[in-house]
Amino acid sequence: MRQESFRAALLDPARPAPAGLHDGAGRPAGRRFDIYRNNVAASLVAALETGFPALRALIGGERFRGLALSFLRAHPPRDPRLALYGAELPGFLEGVAPRARFGWAPDLARLEMALREAYHAADADPVAPEALAAIAPEALEGTRLKLAPAVRRVVSRWPVAALRAHALEEGPRPEGGAQEVLVSRPGFDPLAQALPPGGAAAVAALADGATLGEAHAAGARARVDFDLGPVLAALLTGGAITGLMPQDCKETLP
Amino acid sequence: MFDAMREGLPAAAGVGFKARHFEALMRDPGPVGWIEVHAENYLGDGGRPQAQLSALAERLPVSVHGVGLSIGGEGPLDPGHLARVAALCARVGAARFSEHLAWSTHDGAHFNDLLPLPWTGATLDRVAAHVDQVQQALGRQMLLENPSSYLAFAESEMTETEFLARLVARTGCGLLLDVNNVFVSATNLAFSARDYLGQVPLEAVGEIHLGGHAEQADAHGAPLLIDDHGHPVADPVWTLLGEVLARTGPKPVLIEWDTDVPDWPVLRAEAARAAAALEGVR
Repeated sequence: MRQESFRAALLDPARPAPAGLHDGAGRPAGRRFDIYRNNVAASLVAALETGFPALRALIGGERFRGLALSFLRAHPPRDPRLALYGAELPGFLEGVAPRARFGWAPDLARLEMALREAYHAADADPVAPEALAAIAPEALEGTRLKLAPAVRRVVSRWPVAALRAHALEEGPRPEGGAQEVLVSRPGFDPLAQALPPGGAAAVAALADGATLGEAHAAGARARVDFDLGPVLAALLTGGAITGLMPQDCKETLP
Repeated sequence: MFDAMREGLPAAAGVGFKARHFEALMRDPGPVGWIEVHAENYLGDGGRPQAQLSALAERLPVSVHGVGLSIGGEGPLDPGHLARVAALCARVGAARFSEHLAWSTHDGAHFNDLLPLPWTGATLDRVAAHVDQVQQALGRQMLLENPSSYLAFAESEMTETEFLARLVARTGCGLLLDVNNVFVSATNLAFSARDYLGQVPLEAVGEIHLGGHAEQADAHGAPLLIDDHGHPVADPVWTLLGEVLARTGPKPVLIEWDTDVPDWPVLRAEAARAAAALEGVR
């Protein structure tokens, strides 16, 4: 038997078990094949439940399970590292989630995926909060930051960080409102912090090697009264800054 | 090809490591003389999983157990995945590397389950080539684990034990003898576990696994055991372990508990029972 015929029946419960399989007494294997079907589905659904706990809490366990089963049949893992599994879930949800009730579901999945990536990202020691204060005010504008490998940004027209906190019983149900979210990892536990509007653009600029002055300009393009201060505070709280390169620093960015 | 003397775990009880047992293991491993981790759970770049594994590796020998190489797959091994597994083994100073006599990946899709193989000459050729490739990439002997079976292939040309013996002779790999898998397969496919253990090349066994199973029944009412690693090791499996150890002498014996993971005292008690079985044959 080719593994292709085994595979085809594995993900499609409507197909009969492949021929040529039997129990110990020479009878057709029949429902014994379902053990493999169940193992595959159950283990991948469990991986998605572990990876997207807030999404599951908000849409409900049964609905999540149904979505997970459809997703794993359309998008089985492409890599044995299950920590990576689910990166295509947000896009999949764009196509299937009932827009009116669960319009935020794809972005919430993006946030949870970003948190998982941060959890497994390479370690890096953050600078002390005082390090930024130690830079002379006139040198700040030309200073560049080195950001931790865990840093991610999620921009949503929904309050995704607040929705996640609510789902995990860490906050009230949020009222409307777009949210830009910084994901980072102080220590071992990832952290999602809401940024002021324009904050994600500023962090994106900093990640690309922009100076603080340039990052402020990037944020101000999104909002005229943009203030970089709360963004820097969030980066410091999140352990997201691993190096400071003042204006006159000759060190080149990696 | 490789130095057999530098291979190996202590002939003691080990446990499959779960993060929730980290503090307890660091405080006092008790009867546990080594740990095993699933390679695929420790291939991230950093964070808590890597930190816990590094800390444990300074205290206890580590066995790296792959669950995703798809040694029995029809397609080629994933060279990127093999390189990552080799790097993990080097990073933690793995005392052992083992994988499964099964397939899990086909045409780029990974099914996260250990899928069965027919015992044919063609399967033997393919598995042997993959075992050679792994042993060369790792620069060491690997152990291959006997599967738990729920069905059999009409096309099989030999028994599982004959397949294993020929594979060992051809590749120089060792065996990871999962005694629970033998018991599960024997029950499900109506053969004698004792006959199996009498035929398998015990001299090639470098490690033993014990895990729990669930009991169901098939469509004909025949007992059907599911290897779920979610229960205590069953009494008949302990009996078989004693019979194996009486013939092999002490071996590294691992308790696997992967679903419904219990509190540390429960797992520790299972490890203590394995340690006692080992004491009985020293």
